Amino acid sequence: MIINAIFSPEFLNATLRATTPILFAALASAIASKSGVVNMALEGIMLFTALFGVIFSAAFHSAWLGLIATMAAGGLIGFLLAFFVLRLKTDEILAAIAINLIANGATILILLAVSGDRGISSSIHSIIIPRITLPVIKDIPFLGKVLSNQNVLTYISLIMVAVVHIFLYKTPLGLQIRAVGENKDAAESVGISSTKIRYISLTISGILASMGGYFLSGGYMTKFTTGMSAGRGFIALAAGAMGGNTPVGSFLVSLLFGAAQALSNILQLGTWSYELVQMLPYATTLIGLGIYSYTKMKKRQRLTGK
Amino acid sequence: MDNKVLQMSHIMKIYPNGVVAVEDVTFELEKGEIHALLGENGAGKSTLMKVLFGIETPEQGEIILNGNKADIKSPQEAIKMGIGMVHQHFMLVPSLTVAENIVLGVEPTKSSLFIDEEKALKLSKEIAEMYNFDIDVAERVEELPVGLKQKVEILKALYRGADILILDEPTAVLTPQETEELFVQLKKLKEKGHTIIFISHKLDEIKEICDRATIMRNGRSKGTYFVKDISTAEMSRLMVGRDVVLTFDKKPAELKETVLKVRNLCVTGSTGIKRVDDLSFDVKAGEIFGIAGVEGNGQGHLAEVLTGLSNKYKGKITIFDQDVKKHSIRELRDLGMAHIPEDRMAFGCAKNMNIMDNMFTNQYHKPEYSGKVLLKNKKIESKVNGLIKEYLVKCKSYKQSVGMLSGGNIQKVVVAREFSTDPKIIIANQPTRGIDVGAASFIRQRIIEFRDAGCAIILISADLNEVLELSDRLAVIYKGKFSGVFNDVKNVTEVELGKYMLGIKKDDRLEGIIYEQ
Amino acid sequence: MNSNTKLNILRIVLSILIALLISFGIIFITSEEPVRAIIQLLTGPLQSQRRFGNVIEAMIPLIFTGVGVSIMFAANEINLAGEGAFHIGGLIATYFALNTVLPPVISSMATILAAGLFGMLITGVPALLKIKTESDVLVSSLMMNYLILYFSNYVLNNILRDPKAGAVVSYAVPDVTKFSPIISGTRIHVGLFIALAVAVLGYVFLYKTKIGYEIRITGENREFARYSGINIVKITLVSQLVGGFIFGVGGGVELLGMYNRFTWTSLLGYGWDAIIITTLAKKNPIYVPFAAFFLAYLRTGASIMSRSTDVATEIVTITQGIIILLVVAEQFLSKYKHKIISREARATLIEKEGE
Repeated sequence: MIINAIFSPEFLNATLRATTPILFAALASAIASKSGVVNMALEGIMLFTALFGVIFSAAFHSAWLGLIATMAAGGLIGFLLAFFVLRLKTDEILAAIAINLIANGATILILLAVSGDRGISSSIHSIIIPRITLPVIKDIPFLGKVLSNQNVLTYISLIMVAVVHIFLYKTPLGLQIRAVGENKDAAESVGISSTKIRYISLTISGILASMGGYFLSGGYMTKFTTGMSAGRGFIALAAGAMGGNTPVGSFLVSLLFGAAQALSNILQLGTWSYELVQMLPYATTLIGLGIYSYTKMKKRQRLTGK
Repeated sequence: MDNKVLQMSHIMKIYPNGVVAVEDVTFELEKGEIHALLGENGAGKSTLMKVLFGIETPEQGEIILNGNKADIKSPQEAIKMGIGMVHQHFMLVPSLTVAENIVLGVEPTKSSLFIDEEKALKLSKEIAEMYNFDIDVAERVEELPVGLKQKVEILKALYRGADILILDEPTAVLTPQETEELFVQLKKLKEKGHTIIFISHKLDEIKEICDRATIMRNGRSKGTYFVKDISTAEMSRLMVGRDVVLTFDKKPAELKETVLKVRNLCVTGSTGIKRVDDLSFDVKAGEIFGIAGVEGNGQGHLAEVLTGLSNKYKGKITIFDQDVKKHSIRELRDLGMAHIPEDRMAFGCAKNMNIMDNMFTNQYHKPEYSGKVLLKNKKIESKVNGLIKEYLVKCKSYKQSVGMLSGGNIQKVVVAREFSTDPKIIIANQPTRGIDVGAASFIRQRIIEFRDAGCAIILISADLNEVLELSDRLAVIYKGKFSGVFNDVKNVTEVELGKYMLGIKKDDRLEGIIYEQ
Repeated sequence: MNSNTKLNILRIVLSILIALLISFGIIFITSEEPVRAIIQLLTGPLQSQRRFGNVIEAMIPLIFTGVGVSIMFAANEINLAGEGAFHIGGLIATYFALNTVLPPVISSMATILAAGLFGMLITGVPALLKIKTESDVLVSSLMMNYLILYFSNYVLNNILRDPKAGAVVSYAVPDVTKFSPIISGTRIHVGLFIALAVAVLGYVFLYKTKIGYEIRITGENREFARYSGINIVKITLVSQLVGGFIFGVGGGVELLGMYNRFTWTSLLGYGWDAIIITTLAKKNPIYVPFAAFFLAYLRTGASIMSRSTDVATEIVTITQGIIILLVVAEQFLSKYKHKIISREARATLIEKEGE
């Protein structure tokens, strides 16, 4: 029964849906890591922007204007993280923890202040990004059911994989980001300001993560609920790392975690114990991380001889 | 005619840990000269250049560049003003190509968005040809040998229009052939009108290539001289402040039992290159066995396996007939091993912890200093206070963080700790590198005392004076192999030793390197 | 006291002040009655014995988590599974108390011991995973927390749940095991003494024992520790296990002292609170109770404020976040610091020349 379910186009369709927020955040993590900073604040940025998405789309009466405003807000939080890490020399992990902490409290306060709602944004009339059916593609057997009828942001997330790839490997800024991450001193020695590059990388990282956050409350779900990022920012960190912080690699690992999430969503409806099934995405990440790190370790040991 | 391109006057730099690296230095540069900046490690040469290149902000002082007052706040600004620097540790991104490294930061673009890779290759090739640098610009930097990497560094600076080129100990990592090649290139650069600052402490090289030399000592300038007017002896006197030849009261060695035996030792480095290549030697109690060599010829790997830090080696090492591979570092230390590491900050101390915490990491587990669970703090405290006095560590109290001390005093903390366990075998790797003369001679004196007390000592050092003065037997390591061994150290000259160190001379038979089969 | 310690204290005090000012600013913007809200926040806990009692009650779990994370971080391992360890401590304490029959006192002690052992397991997993596979502890420890949450929910729903109770809660914990209040008019329980003892013992452990010394050296410089002959793998693992144990005990004590039934269906956030406490306490367990008191006071004040005004308690998480950001910001006050240091260096220079 489950096997059938997994290979059904409906499941793969759901997988892409569940992958979307993780993928945005994983790309965000990849860019930050390529520049040499771990962006653990992804979790908080997604949570913040999930709320901002609801508020902005309602305020502008437009899902798209809402998205743009949310991206600006996400970029700003990324920039703030950069300010603390780069300017004030705060430890990057502790700074991220602080931002995540603030996100937890501030989203509740802001929601309360804006709408009087507690816990869920039921009285905000947010506008969500629509799903669309793709002409031509929808008629391809199997594949059509997988790919068509997705949220526009899902398509954007797939396009972003290519965009981020081209950005990192074909543009001057991408080259400089990789140079700073690999050898900061080398980049500095030719007059590249590693600080500036990292400001840019973390800001872009914040923007990408905010698209994931926006999708959570304006596509994946239709409302904001407190704590709705539910560790996806942390999972994305693992996805980025396991994908070697390359866009394509991050995409493939995100798909795996998205599948685990989708499977969890399906199984929760069945006879399986609801709580144990909820463990699936996290267990997949933990085990996946273990296997990945182990193979990497063995490979390194082989290379160094012995 | 006044053709001064640079004037740095009364520069002072204090590092955040309170170390006064440059006290009051005035330094001038004339157009088209090769100007040596000469001094021992820690004299302040690198710091002065970092100030010029905008990496460090001075506490006081003024820089005048081409007649205008310059306020250089960052390397970016320095580069814009026509200053280029070739660092001792290469500033290259290994996974990028030569061309990508050269154009990094000023990439040519097409449709103003994407990197124009073809143009980058073409421009890099042009600049390389203009200065007669023979290099494949499409190759990845990680694949290049050291000499070529340095060329990439110089090209990077030239590509950015550097008029003043700072070279920080450029020959330290080069083979003699590569050095000769570099000198030819530097002379060509000079002909083309570039001004070069050549940081070094190798007097013969300065004699060969430099026009003038500024000599630094302890953060102060000892004057600028025309190289042709000053003898090497005079230069070295100014550099170290006394005659270079150090003399220690050294009794003849009284050899006792063989403590360390090394047979057919091979160590492979992380890149798959053999770093230690089939070494065999013995060391007896009561002697100092010196291992001389230019840094990077396998000394680091040798020290690592001798002290148990790594057990990735082939061959056999025994200390007191115990197989080193079968013992943990703790067990080796309890056998009587002490180790002065090459890099005191990375291995020799925890800079945020206080002197006391740093002084008994190798013996806190012994019954004198701890019970089953608790440390005996009173006893440790009095021991540490004793060591501070005995080793003349300059500090406010044992509560001061080690990171706040000067290099020489940190090294004294390391040495005091290592020598306080009454060791039977000491592995000292560059024990006096980068520290002041006083601290260095103090440490050398102690090494001799331990040898007289019957300790076996392996002294690995790139400092010729040090190995020649201290060693009872001396081997030279070159590319992981011993290129020569001297049983009568008194009659070895620096010149002779230098030939072995640079691989110019090589003995096939190493007599007396092992005592028994 | 040297200039460094003075600077540290100055930095902490200033950070707290700035964080409070920003929070007050937010209150002024969002609240209808900001002045009353702020007064409630600052003085609320002092207005009655019961309220001050609330501060002490809230302080107890914070001390455990602060000491636990101080020991884990001392080995320079950013293991955040303390959250899960605390949670499972509460769960296991409930399970153990419901399934054993032991005399009073012994029952409580056995229960919190069981809680501690399971806590140890939770922080031990990421540490072991790192030893065996070199997996990043940060991510794996975060995943552990979610796994523990859902596992705990499963156990609560399927094993411990009292069907007669309206909400999703466990059966009532037997009175023999529970801690009873020690000061009438408050709910302050004997856990306070356990917590203070843990702070003192934590200090002794880190600063007076051999293994604590080994942990600190390993945390400050792993290579130096290895070079000195310390088994850094073992030491790192031990520090993570001890930290997890303290978290687990904390969860158990909190449950026995403050709850009748196990009701935790979401993560309580003590793992994150621990970060701010260890930051303020500079990783020294002996300072943890003070930091815990501060945070507990702020929390209690916020809760009083939210009940009597229109400002929600969550304002405190913002204060907390800003404090962390500023206290660990090395460059914050760095200019002032450099001034002092270079003044001292110049002074010694002059001294030298005078000699």
